[in-house]
Amino acid sequence: MAKYKSHILVCGGTSCQSSKSLSIAESLKVELAANGLENDVQVILTGCFGFCEEGPVVKVLPDNTIYTKVKSSDATKIVNEHIVKGVQVKSLQHEKLNKKQIRIALRNCGVIDPEKIEDYFARDGYQALGLVFNMGAQVAITEMKKSGLRGRGGGGFPTGLKWEFAHKNQSDQKYVVCNADEGDPGAFMDRSILEGDPHSVIEAMTINGFCIGATKGLIYIRAEYPLAIERLKIAINQAREYGLLGNDILGSGFNFDLELRYGAGAFVCGEETALIHSMEGDRGEPTVKPPFPAESGYLGKPTNVNNVETFANVPVIYLKGAEWFSSIGTEKSKGTKVFALAGKINNVGLIEVPMGITLREVIYEIGGGIKDGKKFKAVQTGGPSGGCLTEKHLDTPIDYDNLIAAGSMMGSGGMIVMDEDDCMVSVAKFYLDFTVEESCGKCSPCRIGNKRLYEVLERICEGKGTMEELDRLRNLSHVIKDASLCGLGQTSPNPVLSTMDNFYEEYLEHVKDHKCRAGQCKALMHYVIDAEACVGCTACARVCPVNAISGDRKMPHVIDAAICIKCGACMEKCKFNAINIQ
Amino acid sequence: MAKVKSLADLKKLREQLQSKLELREKGQDPDSRVQIKVAMATCGIASGAKTVMEFLSEELEKRSIDAMVTQTGCMGYCYAEPTIEVKLPNQEPVVFGYVDNQKADEIIEKYIKNGELVDGIIPKNYNSIDN
Repeated sequence: MAKYKSHILVCGGTSCQSSKSLSIAESLKVELAANGLENDVQVILTGCFGFCEEGPVVKVLPDNTIYTKVKSSDATKIVNEHIVKGVQVKSLQHEKLNKKQIRIALRNCGVIDPEKIEDYFARDGYQALGLVFNMGAQVAITEMKKSGLRGRGGGGFPTGLKWEFAHKNQSDQKYVVCNADEGDPGAFMDRSILEGDPHSVIEAMTINGFCIGATKGLIYIRAEYPLAIERLKIAINQAREYGLLGNDILGSGFNFDLELRYGAGAFVCGEETALIHSMEGDRGEPTVKPPFPAESGYLGKPTNVNNVETFANVPVIYLKGAEWFSSIGTEKSKGTKVFALAGKINNVGLIEVPMGITLREVIYEIGGGIKDGKKFKAVQTGGPSGGCLTEKHLDTPIDYDNLIAAGSMMGSGGMIVMDEDDCMVSVAKFYLDFTVEESCGKCSPCRIGNKRLYEVLERICEGKGTMEELDRLRNLSHVIKDASLCGLGQTSPNPVLSTMDNFYEEYLEHVKDHKCRAGQCKALMHYVIDAEACVGCTACARVCPVNAISGDRKMPHVIDAAICIKCGACMEKCKFNAINIQ
Repeated sequence: MAKVKSLADLKKLREQLQSKLELREKGQDPDSRVQIKVAMATCGIASGAKTVMEFLSEELEKRSIDAMVTQTGCMGYCYAEPTIEVKLPNQEPVVFGYVDNQKADEIIEKYIKNGELVDGIIPKNYNSIDN
């Protein structure tokens, strides 16, 4: 059937393209034609292979030979040696490109049809549940503790320990809750798991129910995730039809069923006590811990709350054993973590990497490097509760403890990459804007403190900040951290503190020099026409919406700063690069 | 629907379904069946995966190609949505990115009919655990 005998795949990812992969493809075509092979061997451009530091990458099929750091001049060698004589070019060959990603939580995402329970069965679905019934609750909890799995929602509390607490507390009724209230800006890990593999979460919740002695499970999911809700509903019905939810599951005598609860999209409801209150029909406000939900949770009964990704890891741990799971990752953080990679990066995507991988590997090998070849500045992890990691953290292994030591946190897994065009004061202001909006208002440090922080940042961005205010920013941040009731307030100043720690010079520039080096703070920038470069074509004056530009034809033009609204239209229009930002 | 009563039942069910799944993938005649998976998570649908999936189902039928088009979750290549995975009989699956109707047409005509690859292949960049 195949017309071509072999294929040469050339990486057409952004990073390899910038190291001239397109001209390699052209040279290969020329060489093939010279050997009369253009109808036997096809040259194909592909997306990113994910080894950008080794790029440009070329792969020859069907024998799967990988060549790295290929130059256009190597095309002759590849065609003459490999294609014509069948001898691999050893000098360019790369033994085996180790794939950086391991998919555990996402093992079925993009593989099975999420609306067919049969597909899940074929991938060992619900087998772990049967195994857990056989081993008994106590052994199953011990196994979970041994695996070293920690909560993937952000806090990183050991999952097995959490289960044990809920197991030990005696009560006539207990509950299992799945926290699917994913709220960090730019994060979509949980949504993807629920949309791609809903049964893994259902199975894990049933396992959890058996372990702690709960017969009822609730999934708290935000109403903004209609597709995830629809697929969960289908999955729950299918599981009921097969008797995997309901009474006497798998002949074990254990009863368990699930219910969906919809959240209205309040960020604070991701905090477990607030989530429970919201499910009870009360205001979504956190309460003081203790008592922990394991003691008194939903309707005052012992409740175990775990995040979607945590649950998605559970069935695999029982199928493959705690030992296998704990062999992946670092000493204190086991397994993998799913990240939603976004921002100024070439390969925006959903990735799952073993704990202990470095930021450099994530950004440059999986992410394909920074967009448009710009300079890396920072990575924001942990969303509004996290902080920024900079160049000096690029080689730090990513795990719960290292991220906290670096002034950020794991969070639920949003990873936003920033480049030289991002102003770090504005970034801090963006997250503060979010927390001010999302604060439930129950305790004053969070409600009032964050608002004040935001106002100070706003003044700094307008060039009206003072040195005293910089000190106040830091002090107030610590007060909010120390005095707030729940996780939202305790972590909300993190974006401010971490940007102040890592980019203090940018704050100083804003305050002292009234300058924003990234050119993001509108109040601090001025458009200026370079009189020498300007040819007087009048293009800028014609495009200016407020007529701030004046000047005679063929004479240098001038921008009136008092009228200019800094829309940037003139700069875009100018063909002579005569307009600059100062 | 028959209820599953025990772990042994579940294992039996898996064996059956695995061979059924294999049948779905390879078909009665392993030389003829093509299997296509379309990444249909919110992100994929937002970039037009639904249209492409409909287009593929209709066109494959019109052109009398024995193929199975199914939906699946997020493959992780958000920068290249919509993404589809095409598995030709007895061959490794290939993922294509940036698939609109035009690209889908090219994939049917060139890859599915002639085994000729087209630009826009996304190399798989992760290892999955074996179940």
